Amino acid sequence: MMQTQSLTMPGHASGEHGSHDVASTQALGFWIYLMSDLVVFSGLFATYVVMAHNYAGGPTGKELFHLPGALLETMLLLCSSAVYGLAMIAMHKGDKRLVLAGLAAALLLGLGFVCMEVSEFHAMISEGAGPQRSGFLSAFFTLVGTHGLHVSFGMLWMVVMMAQTAAKGLTGPVQARLSRLGMFWHFLDIVWIGLFSVVYLMGVMQ
Amino acid sequence: MNQTHQNSTGAGSGTLKSYATGFILSIVLTAIPFMLVMNGSLSHSATIFCIFTAAILQIFVQLHYFLHLDRSSAMYWNLISLLFTFFIIFLFVGGSIWIMYSLHYRM
Repeated sequence: MMQTQSLTMPGHASGEHGSHDVASTQALGFWIYLMSDLVVFSGLFATYVVMAHNYAGGPTGKELFHLPGALLETMLLLCSSAVYGLAMIAMHKGDKRLVLAGLAAALLLGLGFVCMEVSEFHAMISEGAGPQRSGFLSAFFTLVGTHGLHVSFGMLWMVVMMAQTAAKGLTGPVQARLSRLGMFWHFLDIVWIGLFSVVYLMGVMQ
Repeated sequence: MNQTHQNSTGAGSGTLKSYATGFILSIVLTAIPFMLVMNGSLSHSATIFCIFTAAILQIFVQLHYFLHLDRSSAMYWNLISLLFTFFIIFLFVGGSIWIMYSLHYRM
C-alpha cells in the first residue's frame, strides 16, 4: 500500500503542484491588493480621527449613533464571514450544492448589513445630518460609505461566483476565485472591527 | 501520510473547528466592548482601553482563524507584506494624528 502510494504520488503531486503554484501566486497578488486597500482605509481612518470633533454646531456622534443597530450590523457581517468559511470547507469537499447554499446565505447576511447601513444613512440625511453638515459627518460618510461600497461590490462578486459555480462546477479556476473572494470577504469584516470600535463605540463615548 | 495531508490543506483552508473557534471568539470580543459602552460601568479611560484591546485581539483572531495567517512557509510573504503594511499605517495614521493635534494645540 505504502509503495503504491510512493510510486503514484510524485506524478500526481507534480501535476497538482503546477496548478497549486499558479493559484497561490494569484492569492498572494490578491493579498497585496488587499494590503493596498488597507492603506486606503487607514488614510480614511486618519481623516476621521482628525475630524471627529469638528461638529460645526451640528449633531455629535452621541446624538446620532444607535448602538444596538451597530451591534446587529456587526453580527450580520460576522455571521456572513463565518458562513463563507463554511462554504470554503464545502468547496474543499467538492460539495457544489452546499457551496451554493453557503454563498447564498453569506450574500443574504451581507444584504442585511448593507440594507441596515443604507437606512441609517437615509435617516441621518433626512434629519439634516448629511455629509455636508460638518467635517465630522463628511469624514463619517466617506469612511463608512467606502466600507459599504466594498461590501456591495463583494456581494456583486458573490452573485457572479454563484453563477460560475452553478454553470462550470467547482473547477480549479473557480475554486481559486472562490478562495480569493473569501479573502476579500474576511478582510472586509476585519476592517469593520476597526470601524465599529473607532466610529460607533468611541463616537458614543465622547 | 495523514501528516502530509494536514500540511497541504492547512495553508489554504480551515477546518470546521477553526471557523467555529474564530466565530465564538469574535462574538465574545464584540460583545465585551458593546456591553461596557452600553452599561457605562467602567471609567472613561478604562472603557477606551478595553475597546482597543478587544478590537486588536479580534483582528488577530480573525487573521488567524478566518484568513489562516500563520508563520508557515506558505504564508511567509503574506505575513511580511502585512507587517510592512502595518509599518506604513503606523507612519500614515500616527504621523497625521501627531501633526494635526500639534497644529490644533498651537492654534
